Amino acid sequence: MVKRIITMTVNNRPGVLNRITGLFTKRHYNIESITVGHTESEGISRMTFVVNVDDERIAEQITKQLNKQIDVLKVVDITDQAIIVRELALIKVAVTPATRGEIYTLIEPFRAAIVDVARDSLVVQVTGEPEKIDALIDLLKPYGLKEVARTGTTAFPRGSQRASSTNKSLFII
Amino acid sequence: MAANMKVKERVAKKQTLCGALMLIEALKAENVKVIFGYPGGAVLPIYDKLYESGVFHVLTRHEQGAIHAAEGYARISGKPGVVIATSGPGATNIVTGLTDAMMDSIPLVVFTGQVASNVIGSDAFQEADVLGITMPITKHSYQVRDVHELPKIIKEAFHIATTGRPGPVLIDIPKDMSVAEAEFDYEQEVQLPGYQPTTRPNHLQIRKLVEAVSQAKRPVILAGAGVLHANAHEQLKQYAEQQHIPVIHTLLGLGGFPADHPLFLGMAGMHGTYTANMALYECDLLINIGARFDDRVTGNLAHFAPKATVAHIDIDPAEIGKNVPTKIPIVGDAKEALIQLIEQNGKRPDVSEWLNKLNEWKREYPLMYKREPGVLKPQRLIEMIHEYTNGEAVVTTDVGQHQMWVAQYYKFKHPHRWVTSGGLGTMGFGLPAAIGAQLAQPEATVISIVGDGGFQMTLQELSVIQELNLPIKIVIVNNQALGMVRQWQEIFYEKRYSHSLIPNQPDFVRLAEAYGIKAMRATTEEEAEYVLKEALVTNAPVLLDFHVHPGENVYPMVAPGKGLHEMVGVKW
Ligand SMILES: Cc1ncc(C[n+]2csc(CCOP(=O)(O)OP(=O)(O)O)c2C)c(N)n1
Ligand SMILES: [Mg+2]
Repeated sequence: MVKRIITMTVNNRPGVLNRITGLFTKRHYNIESITVGHTESEGISRMTFVVNVDDERIAEQITKQLNKQIDVLKVVDITDQAIIVRELALIKVAVTPATRGEIYTLIEPFRAAIVDVARDSLVVQVTGEPEKIDALIDLLKPYGLKEVARTGTTAFPRGSQRASSTNKSLFII
Repeated sequence: MAANMKVKERVAKKQTLCGALMLIEALKAENVKVIFGYPGGAVLPIYDKLYESGVFHVLTRHEQGAIHAAEGYARISGKPGVVIATSGPGATNIVTGLTDAMMDSIPLVVFTGQVASNVIGSDAFQEADVLGITMPITKHSYQVRDVHELPKIIKEAFHIATTGRPGPVLIDIPKDMSVAEAEFDYEQEVQLPGYQPTTRPNHLQIRKLVEAVSQAKRPVILAGAGVLHANAHEQLKQYAEQQHIPVIHTLLGLGGFPADHPLFLGMAGMHGTYTANMALYECDLLINIGARFDDRVTGNLAHFAPKATVAHIDIDPAEIGKNVPTKIPIVGDAKEALIQLIEQNGKRPDVSEWLNKLNEWKREYPLMYKREPGVLKPQRLIEMIHEYTNGEAVVTTDVGQHQMWVAQYYKFKHPHRWVTSGGLGTMGFGLPAAIGAQLAQPEATVISIVGDGGFQMTLQELSVIQELNLPIKIVIVNNQALGMVRQWQEIFYEKRYSHSLIPNQPDFVRLAEAYGIKAMRATTEEEAEYVLKEALVTNAPVLLDFHVHPGENVYPMVAPGKGLHEMVGVKW
């Protein structure tokens, strides 16, 4: 299995998300996460998918099938580009007066923040690459995780690229 | 000056109309000659406006009949088929037809009624989530939320249905949207930044193919329905002749290349000819033009064209490399690609040895069946139909053994005379499809060849045939069985004929007569000759019930999971 990050811009019309996820179900593609939100242009949303695929051929099929959707404006498999990948997580962790201080020190190198404090729990907010979030969750686990919410990955290419492969060009059209 | 006129015309065309009238005006603007439909509550406002509209509407007896008729019309006319169905059950009745059209790339514009906007989502009477149900089986779909958008939506729908890789587009119209009024402007240009099909092939890739052809020793062309959609049959012939490349068809491609041409090898796949399948196995260059390497064509992919460099010309980039690794991908319209290839006039490959081999196979392993005195063999029946119609008829089929026999024994010489359900294999398709086909070509001899099983899935459409006096010749290949199922049970399930034998079929002759249609029965070759000739000179619908030899099987056959070269039933 290989992980691919695919981003696309779509017309923000009713049912678009349904169309895209339906396509993934129909063709048995394995989605790890989806994020959706507005872009700088009105009426256009950006979606970011992380998918697990068996091989390159399937990855290529996914972008091509997505491209066929009328409301999909642009699809890019950005996995092999220089990209910024971010995720946000909220982690509610159990605390006692004894562990409270320990947790504060522990999260510091992650540049995470405490966004809620209760008598027996704390909510930690952390952003970064998914691996970093995994690592923090691992560290907090022994204290007792009460709840974890992750946004899923969002990503886009950095301002300056090495040679890049883009869009409807997997195929020499 | 001319531009000025245009502006004036445009202004004149802007009028305030209700949604139902907009629909009708749009159909007129699209030059739609016939629509197929069935009324109901949610489309009553539309039907009311149809009443005196002058639009030719065919009331089928079931919505499935309407959509298959529209498919038959589209296939033969080359124009989009148009369907109207009501909300809820009307819409769910067209699901099979939408899927069928999606699989076989048939352009349709389908209007469904929907409950009124203010009750959508409340499980209202005859509400169904038609958009949700049909998303995976349409090329695109719309729900009208604001009547101002309706003209734009209809215009886009026709554009999307008929361009690129054709397919069905659905427009779901809430009842209040048919009544609400807005300005009707149908002159606007379609602007779809997310939909820009590539029609012009990349020149470099064309050059690569020319080079590959010049080096090839055993080239072959596999031509699918893409050739027909692109109207590229002339160019296919020209190119094959120029380069001396033999041609194989898929089921849906039949007629794109003349069956009596010396370079034609027959149909490929599960029930393809020995020569076509072996040519695919042995070739060193496979040029796929407008076919999608369906599993019924390729057999086991591990054994498919193992020695070949694969080139694939397709309007849909997603089909290229989907099933078969492809060395030379050419995205574009089949006709444009073939024109470029012909213009290149590349070095002709040396294929004399290859053609000798192919001709030897053709001689050695032709299609075969045994004629027996006193019995009517279904293969013979199709040969007779071919003979008496001089191979010129428009032929529709249903799905099953009879369909394969028609594909094998009706040697299509011309394009656009063959209508069958390929990708979905929809029983019940053949009869309503013939209605659309006959309406598309009123002068043509239309023969609908159906099984005794599938005929009963849509036979209510006899009523339409009688009403419109369409001179369709309905041929029932009556083997008292779901023959194709029976065949698989005989071969793969130790003759355990579970629910596939129907010895008590109704009296189809009397059934047809009940619908007011002339009908005859034949049980021998002699009778078959008589009734066929009689029917063909009758300028009215005729149903013919042919009691064929019931145990007959379709051969050759590539068993599921096998490679094309492993076909059985090629020699006595
Ligand atoms: C709607 C539908 N249901 C079931 C099938 C499966 N099926 C394929 S062929 C066949 C038998 C068709 O029998 P008949 O119409 O008599 O044709 P024959 O094979 O006997 O020529 C069946 C049941 C199908 N293709 N379509
Ligand atoms: Mg039968």
